[in-house]
Amino acid sequence: MSASGLAGASLRLLAASGSVIALLVGWEALARSDVVSDFLLPQFTVVASRIAEDTLSGTLPVQLGLTLWRALAGFALAGVIGVGIGVMMARNKAAAWFFDPIVSIGFPAPKIAFLPVFILWFGLFDLSKILMTAFAAIFPVIVATAAGTEGVDKYIVWSARNAGASGRNILYEIILPAALPQIITGLQVALPISLIVTIVSEMVMGGEGLGGTMMVAARFADSVGVFAGIVQIAIAGYVLIKAIELVRRRLLVWHQETQQIATF
Amino acid sequence: MTAFLWRYSPLFLIAAAWEIAPRSGMLDAALLPPFSEVMAAMARLIIDPGLYVHAAASLMREIAGLGLAVVVGVGLGIVMAWYAPVRILVNPLVRCIYPMPKSALIPVMIMWLGLGHLAKIGLIFMGCLLPVIVSSYNAARGVETVLIWSAQNAGASRREILTEIVLPASMPEILSGVRTALALSFVLLVSSEFLMAREGLGYMIAFLGEGGIYDAMFATVLLVSGIGFAADRAYLAFTRRALAWRA
Repeated sequence: MSASGLAGASLRLLAASGSVIALLVGWEALARSDVVSDFLLPQFTVVASRIAEDTLSGTLPVQLGLTLWRALAGFALAGVIGVGIGVMMARNKAAAWFFDPIVSIGFPAPKIAFLPVFILWFGLFDLSKILMTAFAAIFPVIVATAAGTEGVDKYIVWSARNAGASGRNILYEIILPAALPQIITGLQVALPISLIVTIVSEMVMGGEGLGGTMMVAARFADSVGVFAGIVQIAIAGYVLIKAIELVRRRLLVWHQETQQIATF
Repeated sequence: MTAFLWRYSPLFLIAAAWEIAPRSGMLDAALLPPFSEVMAAMARLIIDPGLYVHAAASLMREIAGLGLAVVVGVGLGIVMAWYAPVRILVNPLVRCIYPMPKSALIPVMIMWLGLGHLAKIGLIFMGCLLPVIVSSYNAARGVETVLIWSAQNAGASRREILTEIVLPASMPEILSGVRTALALSFVLLVSSEFLMAREGLGYMIAFLGEGGIYDAMFATVLLVSGIGFAADRAYLAFTRRALAWRA
């Protein structure tokens, strides 16, 4: 990075942290004024000290860990199976025939409607939450992988075959790397979906995890608890989404791109 | 017609497997009622006026929340792209809040707006607002400067450039952002109706599930998925129309 680029970046960072601080100060001021009651909007300092308390007592790390484990386990399942199905659809006529109508209907449908079905089949614990998350997150991965795999230049595949590469080699050395940008785009769409769905599952099924904790707080009119939950979840979401962007830049240093991705 | 049947033939296979598995005892019929029973329950639901009360409640929330988010979001996104002071103030906030999993807003909406229509409309509005702002902002920022320069050269005012150049040029990306918001709005609608409602299709699914009326529950789940799918297809047809001038 050049010196001027560095200066620009630090300026942007300053502006960004400035407006976040402004938001927090505005929150605190609004909460302290008589415009809204403490119940509707507790002061940020009170919420922050609740978060600190919960962190020190160890409850927050446990709840956050449970939520992240479910969301990421579901996300990982969706990633692995979704890439598998997507590659199969692009490379195999029978697989394309079988999965195409399922994916074209399933992709835009609100999968969360199946939540009571998952509860009925898999109970109220981790398994049903993880499978529900995977089911909701898998469709964008399949669609992106199939499109990416289909778009791989066939001449590259042919020349690799000509050079004596096996089908397995072609898959791992040519097709997957060439489709990787689109596969990661699919994963970037799937990640926020995983978080959203895991949290809703926790809210509906109750029990441990940030979603369940927030719902209990709302039922007991503990607004500090609800806002603490929102801040925690917002931070967790932010970190995860920045992390996957970082992974993308790392894996795709060889790839030129500027595209923005539309996600939830 | 035959092409259509061939394309969707896997669905008939799945329906057949769904019928056979519980009937043959491979799967517990209590956990998966045979497909024919689910279809019979669907037929009973469709002639029952109660379904339409729930569907109307859901539809009203959906349209109000999403409509509001689109109007406010597109406006804010374009203003952010067009006026530097707004961009400097608002953009970092949007970037910071955008990745928040939107379902975390459900408990706040319960506290702020209670258990009625308003809470769901507020949830859908808040949840869909950010994706719409971000896509409109990116779209308006991405308009080719050459277009704007030539309009300026031809003597267009700032206002004319905004309405005649920037808005049409960014329409495709704005519309695709709204499609994302449409999908999200259904997720938020159904989720909030699971959690806090006395009416609506999501409430109906949860209610039937808790009551153990599984054939009707499966029928409603299929119905809601079908509505989400149909809404997406209708929206795609609408965008093709709206963008027909580009061809």
